[in-house]
Amino acid sequence: MFRYLLRRLAVLPVLLLGITAMTFGVMRLAPGGPVDQLTDLNVKASPEIRERLIKLYGFDKPWYQQYGRWLSRLVRGDLGRSFKDDRPVMEKIKERLPATLLLNALSLFLIFIVAIPLGVLSAVKQNSFFDRLTTGLVFVGYSVPAFWLSLLLMIVFGLKWGWFPISGLHAINHDEMSWGTQAVDTARHLILPVFVSAFTGLAGLSRYVRNGVLEVIRQDYIRTARAKGLSESRVIFKHALRNALIPVVTLLGLTLPDLIGGGFLFETIFAYPGMGRLGFEAVMARDYPVVMGVGTMAALLTMVGNLGADFLYAVVDPRVRL
Amino acid sequence: MALLGAGVIGGLILTATVGPVLMKQNPFEQNLLERLSPPSSVHWMGTDDLGRDVLARVVQGSRVSLTVGLLAAGLSVFLGTGIGLFAGFRGRGWDAVTMRVLDVLLCFPTIFLILMVIAFLEPSVLTVMLVIGLTSWMGLARLVRGETLVLKERDFIWAARGLGLSETRILLVHLLPHLLSPVMVAATLGVGGAVLTESALSFLGLGVQPPNPSWGSLLSAGKDYIHMAWWLTVFPGLALFATVLGFNLLGEGFRDVLDPRMER
Repeated sequence: MFRYLLRRLAVLPVLLLGITAMTFGVMRLAPGGPVDQLTDLNVKASPEIRERLIKLYGFDKPWYQQYGRWLSRLVRGDLGRSFKDDRPVMEKIKERLPATLLLNALSLFLIFIVAIPLGVLSAVKQNSFFDRLTTGLVFVGYSVPAFWLSLLLMIVFGLKWGWFPISGLHAINHDEMSWGTQAVDTARHLILPVFVSAFTGLAGLSRYVRNGVLEVIRQDYIRTARAKGLSESRVIFKHALRNALIPVVTLLGLTLPDLIGGGFLFETIFAYPGMGRLGFEAVMARDYPVVMGVGTMAALLTMVGNLGADFLYAVVDPRVRL
Repeated sequence: MALLGAGVIGGLILTATVGPVLMKQNPFEQNLLERLSPPSSVHWMGTDDLGRDVLARVVQGSRVSLTVGLLAAGLSVFLGTGIGLFAGFRGRGWDAVTMRVLDVLLCFPTIFLILMVIAFLEPSVLTVMLVIGLTSWMGLARLVRGETLVLKERDFIWAARGLGLSETRILLVHLLPHLLSPVMVAATLGVGGAVLTESALSFLGLGVQPPNPSWGSLLSAGKDYIHMAWWLTVFPGLALFATVLGFNLLGEGFRDVLDPRMER
């Protein structure tokens, strides 16, 4: 199993290289940049000033040199400084990362604890009312535009009934609250975004689980278990579920980038101080270092997530022990 | 289930193509005296902040959303199938390279990719279509490649190769028909996804530009008046929802009928 892990780990730097190269490439191809933003409409900006700015940012060097410089700094953990406010990119990301991780972790958790039982029950009671009902609900979640649902929930829960706050992570007086109240405050802010994120993400997983369980149930060894006289719940939970869950782990790896990336939509709507929104704002402001930093970080997280999923896969499926 | 989806889509296509012609109200005509009026017998879905009839704009928007959705999904299916077939059939080197590239691309949150590219190009209907198409072919490519790898060892493929048929011919005439069912499922679901993505982009102002109505931009405009004009948010959203639901139902219906697992 170690060799399997080692092999997967060895691919990481190659992937990372590819990712950074891509981000860098897209950036370079983009028209406009911080120099243009600073000088285009500025009457006082003479050509000399433009030259100096270009030199300052290093834009006059050939692209591979720029990329090389950036990469060498990356390895040391230095992601450069933001063009907007000259703060280290790493610092900006560090500020926002915990919030994003919190949102994603909670979403993922919710998706799992709801989708798996739902899928199992749907499969066991195939074509029953329950099955049809859950299928319908799940479809709704899959098809509904996330930002629309967010807006609707905001109208109902935030504005009309005032149950939940509609933006941010903390109330204005968060720091003055006691520890317990702080926790409640954070939770209240998280409920809507996490709900929308989870509701729209449920569909894929629960369908997958349902189909997996359906397939497993028809297998001979399940029939044997039943013939042995085991109770139905034992049959399902001890024997069927384990095997049905194997592909679920792969799906976990695949949902991760969507969660991390899609998070930016929720973060923008709910004005949530997360990494996704940071990236979005940076893109709009042509703040290259931040964009590259966020992009790399997101891809890195995804890779780590995928590796974790691979590892879990090896643990769960004995056939994979290479 | 597929029938329901098909029904929805049929209605949608009808609306998109014929609707704007039948509409009495002009989606672009402003009537400032009547701005922000709730649904009434004259304006079935109310008016927006410039007095334009919302129903007319929703119908007009259906054209844009549908076009973008279909063409973007078409592009991604084309790319995914083509690349998957090629990589699977050639095997070895080509396959290895393609899979690595795929892995790198898949590591990126798609939305982020799209965002980066669109923010740097002029947002327009064409750009949106291209970008969505170019960033969503990976899943299908992986699927097609897997299937191709299995299929190419079958006797009839060996026979075709033995007969000296050109590679293109084998791929298109012999292999492709066997891949039709997962491709169709992916294509239908892909349209749904593309419509969603386009609306999200338009919502953020990176998609279709005003005054061209797109459901996403309608929602974006509506959110500023959320507390006093609920119809601006509800109706375009409902239209979006119904469309995506229709395509998803159709796709899942296809999948139930044509499940590739049952082929084996």
